[in-house]
This record gives sequence, structure tokens and C-alpha cells, in this order.
Amino acid sequence: MPVPSKTVLTGLANPGLAEPDLLRLEDIGVRLGGREILRDVSFTVRAGEFTGLIGPNGAGKTTLLKVILGLQAPSAGRVLLNGSPRPRRGNGRLIGYVPQKLSIDPDMPLRARDAVALGIDGNRLGLPLPSAARRDLVDEALRAVGADGYADERVGELSGGEQQRVMIAHAVISRPRLLLLDEPLANLDLRSEQGIVAVLARLAREQQIAVLISAHDMNPLMRETSTVVYVAAGRAAAGRTDEVIRTEVLTDLYGSRVDVLHVNGRVLVMAG
Amino acid sequence: MGFLHYIVEPGLLSSAPVRTAVLVGTVVAVTSGVVGVLTVIRGQSFAGHSLADVATTGGAGAFLVGVSQFWGFLIAGIAGAALMELIGVQRRRGRDVATGVVLGAALGVAALFLYLGTQTSSTTGASFTILFGSMFVISPDTVPALIASGVLAVAVVAVLSRVLLLTALSPDLAAARGVRVRTVGVAYLVALAVAVSLSAVVIGAVLSTALLIGPAATALRVAKTPVRAMTVAALVGTAATWLGILLAYDSFYWPPAGRGWPVSFFVVAFVVLGYLLTYARPARRGRARPDPAAPAAPATENTGNEEAPACSPA
Repeated sequence: MPVPSKTVLTGLANPGLAEPDLLRLEDIGVRLGGREILRDVSFTVRAGEFTGLIGPNGAGKTTLLKVILGLQAPSAGRVLLNGSPRPRRGNGRLIGYVPQKLSIDPDMPLRARDAVALGIDGNRLGLPLPSAARRDLVDEALRAVGADGYADERVGELSGGEQQRVMIAHAVISRPRLLLLDEPLANLDLRSEQGIVAVLARLAREQQIAVLISAHDMNPLMRETSTVVYVAAGRAAAGRTDEVIRTEVLTDLYGSRVDVLHVNGRVLVMAG
Repeated sequence: MGFLHYIVEPGLLSSAPVRTAVLVGTVVAVTSGVVGVLTVIRGQSFAGHSLADVATTGGAGAFLVGVSQFWGFLIAGIAGAALMELIGVQRRRGRDVATGVVLGAALGVAALFLYLGTQTSSTTGASFTILFGSMFVISPDTVPALIASGVLAVAVVAVLSRVLLLTALSPDLAAARGVRVRTVGVAYLVALAVAVSLSAVVIGAVLSTALLIGPAATALRVAKTPVRAMTVAALVGTAATWLGILLAYDSFYWPPAGRGWPVSFFVVAFVVLGYLLTYARPARRGRARPDPAAPAAPATENTGNEEAPACSPA
């Protein structure tokens, strides 16, 4: 009986407001090849909110993001965007997405600015007409993420942190209201990590973009995330960080004893 | 002028087969350059090779029934693209094995067709033409179809260019943006089949990917944007084709006199030469910019690694 997490979840429901939640997952379950990956996952993300999607590797964070993006059909439950069920294909311009890893070689002839321009209309057919307005838009997006210094370098030759910045610019150039990022801090050095988090926090504040960012370590995000979705053992607990990251809640989620320790403002989740 | 006669044999440009060869060769080189850049970007060089093998069967079959080999290349190539799609996307595991078996079967059938063809028509040069091409025997009747096919393949790539690049950047990202990744992949394979068939007419089914991949690989070493890469690839392919035609025409007087060396040999030689030349040029400029995130030491180390292999083959 998942009592504590259930309480947390009901606490998130938000019936009195006129404006619908930007993103709402209701009892999402995912089965892949007969195996249950996720069950009863419910949470909401409101406009401008910075939410961490936290959990150990293999917990189903990427699968959950794919459900939100429409890349993975849930076996149960539904996804609501702005109060209505998400379209079967595409996201309109509502969701920006930064995938976990780019599949490109260093010799791919695509400069950072070309990759960002694909964020404007990369899903369209035909050839784009070069225009000053287009170029300005790309320059502005590159500046917003601090990537203007390598705008003319090939994307494949950039470092991991630089690629992340370029792909964030790619994702936000079409002015989405929700930005999904899949483990953007994985394999980054401490400094790039902090840089990326600062860029995201600024985008969330200045452009009122809600950010849902997956990570296996919540500590680099602690200062910015107001809410957290913790995924473990196929289930999720969601709510304010101090409500969810507690020994009782996570013990119930994992189904075995878990200790949450606070050390100098950092959180350690000790399982097993 | 006297010296020029050593390079350009008299009568080069007044010869009708040469004029046809130059026209078709240019169309094919441009098509191969444009399609080839995306083939390399998408990591589908092997798909190009597979289509070329399947096209060989089509060319041999066309020879057997007495139609232009181009139609044989094209029909077999497109059928091969459809087959690869069926084998490839559904089960990742065992794809290499399945593809290998299909390709082996295709080449076996090609051997049979070529054998039967030479038995009935006693044209011994036909096998050579199908396998290694012969630009000087292109029938003027097929020229309009060759040009139209080239224009079609380039048009498909132009229409799909942004979607193809987005998919190359990240297939998930493209799918999340509503791109039908699989449909786009099939459309691209058809364009690739057309390019391979055209290339097979010029330098033969066996060598067709040389014109597709070589200039594209050269272009990717020097160009930073997709449009520039396609332009460079088209220019490199065209130059190799023209020089190949020039030397092949000359080689009629080379030993063993009176035969002429195969055009394909010269074209492929120039394609490879172009690729090697990119290693001879000065190493790419380092990224001269302040980078607070990356310490200086690994950056210089990277540049060093880039230079090291660059010097050895040149």
C-alpha cells in the first residue's frame, strides 16, 4: 500500500484553478515486451515550474519522457497538455526536447548555428530561405545559452557541455512552454554542470518556460528545483522537494529500507 | 598548342560518344555528390553497397532480356531498397545476417544472368560493361531518362533535407517533432537507389559506390555546412569524371594499343586522389576562442591527435 506517496500525489491536484496544468500525467503505466516498466505514475507540471525527474539509472526516466513526447504509447493512463489529451504525433510548439545523446560524428557538416536553426523548422519539407530575421533569431538563441562563442564550429566537434547548450538553444528557439531534458548533466564536469543548470534556471525565469529535467543525482539541481518527481521500482512520487525526498516516502517507493541523509545542504539517498 | 595534343587527343570533343559521356557523367557526378553527402551523414554507406550489389542482378537481367541496363539497375535497386526496409527496421538483431544472405543470393543470380546473356548474344563485353561500366557506350536514347532520374533524386533530397538533417542529429528528437522517421528513411533509400543506378551506368555496378561515397567523404573533410559539402562533393565528382573521360580517351593509344583503358579506373583513381589530397593540406585551424569550461591542456591534445594521422598518408 503506497500510503505516503499517495498523500503526496493528492496534494498536487489542483481543482480550483481556472488555468489547466501545463502537463498532467494520470495513472500512466508502461509495459514493454510483457515487462512492467512503470505503473500508476501521476504528476503535474505548472507553467514556469522547474521540476527534477530523479531516479536511479534504469528506473524508467527516459521512458517517462518518451511517453510525454508521444514517442512511447502508455499501456494505461493518459497525458494531458494544457488540459487536453496530447496529439498522437508531434507536439505543436508546446514542448521543447533535449535528447540524452546526439548521434553525430565530428565530420558532420552542421555548425552549431545550423543545428539551432533546425529548431525553428527542422520538421518541415523543402529548403529554408536564408533571411536576416532567421539569422537574428538563431544568434539570439545562441546568446541566451552562452553558445555564441562557437556558433560557427561543427556540432560534432564541440564538448559534451557545449553540445548541451546548443541543443537547449535548438529546443527553446521555437518558444515552447515546456522544456524536457534527458540527463543533460550526465558525463559533464562540475563546471559545465553548473553552467547548464544556470542557463536553464535563467530560461525558466525569463521566458516562463517550465523545465522538466531528468537526472540520477538531484544535488546539482537542488538550488533550482521547486518540485521533484522521484522514479524508482516502476513507480513515482511527486511533489515539493522537501515533501518527497524523505525517508518514509522513498522507502515506500523502493519497497525496501532507504535512508535520506542531509549533509551540508546536499542530499544522500542511501538504498540497500 | 602542340603540347596540348599530348593531353587532349584530337577529336575528343567532336566525338558523339564522348559528348554523351561528359553530359551523363556530369549529371551522375552531381547527383552522387548531393545524395552521397547525406549517405555518409546518415551512416548508410553499407546500404549503398548493398543496393549496388542488388542492382548488378538487375543490370544483368536487363541485358538478358535486351533492355537498357539502367532500367535493370533502377528496378532492382528500388526493389532492394524495399527489401532492406523490410529486413532492417523491424528486427535489429540478425539484420546483418539477413542482408548478407540476400546480397549473396543477388550476386549469385547476377552470375547466372551474365552467363546466360553471354551464351545467347556472344557479346563478351557486356559483363564488363555491367560490372565496371562504360561511359562511351551509353545509348543516346536513355540520356533523357538518366537526366530526369538524377533531377528526381536531387529533388527528393532537397525536399527532405531539413528533416534528414534533424533525424541525423537525433532520431528521437525528429520523431518528437512529428517527423515520420521511417517514411522519410524509405524515401531517402529510393533516392539512394536512383543515385546508385545512375552511378552504375557510368562506372559500373561494382564501383558505383566509389562515386557516391568518395567525393562525399572528401567534402566532409573540408566543408562545414550541408550545402557547401554537397557543392564540394558534386565538384569533386565532376572533376574526377571529366578527367577520367579525358584520360580514357587518350589511353586508346596506350599499351596495349587500340583498346583503351576503362574509364571507371580513371574516375575512381581521381576520386581517391581527391580524398588523399585533403590529408595533404594544412591541418585545420585550432579553435581559437576562450573556453572557460574546458581546460587548455585537453584542447591542444585534441588538435595534436587530429594532426597526427593527417600527415601519415600524404
